[in-house]
Amino acid sequence: MTPEELTLAAEKEENGSRAFEHIVGVCTSTACLASHSDKIKKEFDAQVKAKGLTKSVRVKAVGCCGLCAEGPMVYVESQADAEKAAETRTYAHVSNEAVPALVDSLGAAPVADLACDTAQPFFTRQHKIVLEHSGVVDPERLEDSIQVGGYQALLNALTTMNPADVVDTIMRSGLRGRGGGGFPTGLKWSTVAKAVGDRKYVICNGDEGDPGAFMDRSVMESDPHRVLEGMAIAGYAVGATEGFVYVRAEYPLAVKRLKLAIKQAERAGLLGANIGGTHFSFKIDVRLGAGAFVCGEETALIASIEGRRGSPRPRPPYPAASGLWGFPTLINNVETFANIAPIVKNGAEWYAALGSGKSQGTKVFALTGKVKNTGLIEVPMGITLREIVYDIGGGPFDGHTIKAVQTGGPSGGCIPEAYLDRPVEYETLVQLGSIMGSGGLIAMDDTSCMVDVARYFMEFCMTESCGKCIPCRVGTVEMHALLTKICEGQATMTDLEQLEELCDVVRSTSLCGLGQTAPSPVISTLRYFREEYLAHIEHKTCPAGVCSGLKSGAVKAKEVVA
Amino acid sequence: MSPTMTEATVVTLKIDDREISARSDQTVLEVAWENDVFVPALCHYEGLGDVGACRLCLVEIKGSPKLTPACAIKVVQDMEVITLSERLQKYRRSIIELLFAERNHICSVCVSNGHCELQWLAQKLGVDHIRYPYLYPKVSVDASHERFALDHNRCILCARCVRACDEVEGAHVWDLLGRGVDTRLISDLGTPWGESETCTTCGKCVHICPTGALFEKGKSVAEMVHARPRFAAMARVRNNSGR
Repeated sequence: MTPEELTLAAEKEENGSRAFEHIVGVCTSTACLASHSDKIKKEFDAQVKAKGLTKSVRVKAVGCCGLCAEGPMVYVESQADAEKAAETRTYAHVSNEAVPALVDSLGAAPVADLACDTAQPFFTRQHKIVLEHSGVVDPERLEDSIQVGGYQALLNALTTMNPADVVDTIMRSGLRGRGGGGFPTGLKWSTVAKAVGDRKYVICNGDEGDPGAFMDRSVMESDPHRVLEGMAIAGYAVGATEGFVYVRAEYPLAVKRLKLAIKQAERAGLLGANIGGTHFSFKIDVRLGAGAFVCGEETALIASIEGRRGSPRPRPPYPAASGLWGFPTLINNVETFANIAPIVKNGAEWYAALGSGKSQGTKVFALTGKVKNTGLIEVPMGITLREIVYDIGGGPFDGHTIKAVQTGGPSGGCIPEAYLDRPVEYETLVQLGSIMGSGGLIAMDDTSCMVDVARYFMEFCMTESCGKCIPCRVGTVEMHALLTKICEGQATMTDLEQLEELCDVVRSTSLCGLGQTAPSPVISTLRYFREEYLAHIEHKTCPAGVCSGLKSGAVKAKEVVA
Repeated sequence: MSPTMTEATVVTLKIDDREISARSDQTVLEVAWENDVFVPALCHYEGLGDVGACRLCLVEIKGSPKLTPACAIKVVQDMEVITLSERLQKYRRSIIELLFAERNHICSVCVSNGHCELQWLAQKLGVDHIRYPYLYPKVSVDASHERFALDHNRCILCARCVRACDEVEGAHVWDLLGRGVDTRLISDLGTPWGESETCTTCGKCVHICPTGALFEKGKSVAEMVHARPRFAAMARVRNNSGR
């Protein structure tokens, strides 16, 4: 497909969908599928057919709409006609039984009990770049993506920019790695571009494994072409001709849609040999992870793709110099790649203008925990944690108060309520003892015991440690045992001392990021909630009432001092 | 041509404030040992590929905020290395203690008592007791091989045997199974050693084992003395004759 053909295809699809008076979009991402949204889609198809509306109503399966707590989500887009303006209605908690009423309401008054208020802060406070087409396009139809401008940035880059321009654009945009570390993406690209090698590779890290995080899954399921386009642009910029998407096998829907998307794009000449009629060729394959958290670590991921045991190796050499099979390799996270096409399309300055401090653009978060609205959100960098939790998340459940926010999963920390007015920026979160992470954001209220939280994450790291280096392999087990002892009210102050000492050993001496950050949840809870640890140890009391076998309820301030 | 194949140059660097010259293709650990600077290591073995797993050879390098494994970093001109500091010694002791706590290392009944690298390092680093609770895992002994035996109680997962068998003998009998603290050394695909179809009974793994995990049958307490194969010298001879 040449750039002209792509534009024509987009116009054709646009005209085609304009022929329909109403477009019904049913969310078929994992969360809504779990509530049988595939059956709802079928029911819509059947009802539309039965009522003879096939010419005026199009029913399509779309990706994640964001408000997973209220699923299954359905929206209806109606064209403007002589009587009324164009409108979009959003429905939540849709069931199979509600479908006939919803079909009848097309062109009439909306079904009031299912209506979802899209004027609420959950929707209005978001700023969507990565997710702009999630929940809009049918992830299993290439034409849908083309209609909204998919692959235009790629063909544009191939025909009007040279690779150095693309790298420069990403550099100036200020985009930083969305996998958590926040390494400047442009710098990484230019390093790989400059590296010498007969071959180069691009790898997309989709081995999302933090408990409670589902951003990358959602992007891959809802808008796979966006990720592929970003990878192809990266391939052009750094001089690679082959790419791999490394997805964990626990994401079967993402795998299926990625594979389908690759096939569709190859058939349309948007991936594979001579993309868009140019000399650039780029092939993408999917590789499945076998369920090891450590394979999110880039050197372990590379070993896994090579077919070896997924354990990390010391760096340097960095993958940019010697990566997959020893060749220079660019590894970025799913969300990072999903940011590329809009940056190339709208320019570096547009992106650099978004956000605050040294953190540009937006960040996708999987908002979970003890808030009313859980789901997938995308917010501009610099927004405060309070806005995320209280405005977008709708605040705590009635009768409870927010105690802390956990970011960065098992590598991150708990930020107490008092610091919620700090902005979401890479540096600020590190100062607070946490990290940006890949985007898991767990709200905790007064029913969460911080020692128990630390123990939970330590258990995760303990079971996910690859076993290669001693501090991580044994240190996490010892720390978990100490935390368990504290939760059971068996610990002494010596145990706490030993726990702190082990935190330092494991953090400073472990081989890879998993071990180096494994103590973070303990360190941050000790920093902000030390009194909870002391309550467990000295008063055999769990203030949140979580740890069984201990007294519950608050310890008076006096007692703690004593 | 990859960077490792380019001609090595001569560099000078400082190790613990001592001026030392070295070849640029040498690691900090090699140079330190060459100059009789004590840097502890368990997973490193001269002539085998380095993996940086035991973390005992961590050193401080001026200008780098993180500790670096000396076995996995090449020397560069004007590098300043610190191998001995209170902090490093503390970490080294902790790592040795963690190893002792992980499996069942009971020196007094071990075939390698007195000839064990773990024991020697513990003494050298002044580890006189273990502060961490012992994990006491229930692990087995594989005595199915006619000449050798594997005692998981003593295994520290340094993977020297894995590399020796793969890189030098070319049989790749050994590998690791599972993860975290449940990682186990296995022969072939988890079959008993005696039933291994790949083992050549060469004994390299036995003699390269730092502890008493792999040993010759018939050896009693303190009788297992390792022959320590000279892989590096073998490699040199092989390369020279090839030229």
